[in-house]
Amino acid sequence: MRKQFKAVALSLALAFAAPAFAQDELNFDAYREMLADGNPAELYEMEGEELWRTARGPKNATLEQCDLGLGAGVVPGAAAQLPRHFADTDRVQDLESRLMYCMETLQGIPSEQIIKGKFLKDERAKLAALVAYVVTHSNGEKIAIDLSHPKMKEMYALGEKAFYYRTGAMDFACSSCHSQDGKRIRATQLPNITKPEGAAAGWGSWPAYRVSNSQFWTMQHRLWDCFRQQRTAEPIFASDVTIALSVFMAGKGNGAEAVWPGVKR
Amino acid sequence: MASPMRIRAAAKDGVTEVRVLMAHVMETGQRKDSSGALIPAHFITELSARHNDKLVLSAQFGPSVSTNPYLAFKFNGGAKGDKLAVTWVDNKGDTRSDEVQIA
Repeated sequence: MRKQFKAVALSLALAFAAPAFAQDELNFDAYREMLADGNPAELYEMEGEELWRTARGPKNATLEQCDLGLGAGVVPGAAAQLPRHFADTDRVQDLESRLMYCMETLQGIPSEQIIKGKFLKDERAKLAALVAYVVTHSNGEKIAIDLSHPKMKEMYALGEKAFYYRTGAMDFACSSCHSQDGKRIRATQLPNITKPEGAAAGWGSWPAYRVSNSQFWTMQHRLWDCFRQQRTAEPIFASDVTIALSVFMAGKGNGAEAVWPGVKR
Repeated sequence: MASPMRIRAAAKDGVTEVRVLMAHVMETGQRKDSSGALIPAHFITELSARHNDKLVLSAQFGPSVSTNPYLAFKFNGGAKGDKLAVTWVDNKGDTRSDEVQIA
């Protein structure tokens, strides 16, 4: 009797120790699938679409002439090819910084207002809604950023350097959490960004709606929070280091399918 | 004013599937802000869906429903081009109605 009990206990222990079980427990994909139909990011997308078409700002203009890289006003597929080098500004810009540039040049809304603003507030919140609108029209597209321009190469190298750069009170780098397979923070699995699959998983699933706090986060917001979690200095909104990290991730993830906007815990 | 809902309604084999995404804070009244003061309750209390002015769903919501609620349901009947309207009312008396054509 006793022996039998032991055997049962042992087999139970084995069953619970099986890695497949642990993986299933942490699998957020099933939940994501259930939410795919009703991703509240759509509410932001709707707001963004209206903002795109609404004449606003001191110049009372819409953003319909905004060139996101595929020509003036072309939204479908544009996000999949960002960040890119823009000839008109001679700068590498990600979606946020490009939209900010359009808001300033077309509508006369000063970028300072957004850079010095707060996440989820005022013009920066409006920018996030615009991001939701633009990325939704690249959902399912393959990430295809063009790294051939020297300035893109420079940004990629800077991004790689920033990724491995240990700093702050805890001597942390992005790579501290994102350079091994199977790492997680509590139940959230962390992608290994040093590998193409991991970089694509990260880059291709943000911006996203976060269910736990009911907020829509852009990639700029995500990166800012990574810096905060590292206990290091906050990056300036849309600054070169944030764009460089984006180029690094998108470049590594090139060719993979983007799921935009994502749904996160 | 309340933000618009996103409503999708599709008829197939005599059954219409409706999916609604609502923009609402759904504040429970139990949470406190950073200064410790209670955040007043603000949530949807009633919701109704009408197919060509005929009531097909009536629901009571409460503070346990999440922020930006998502609701999916099916009803018998409905054809392409019919009207489907959803209305909610919250505890502050705010209301929002949106209408779509069944696809």
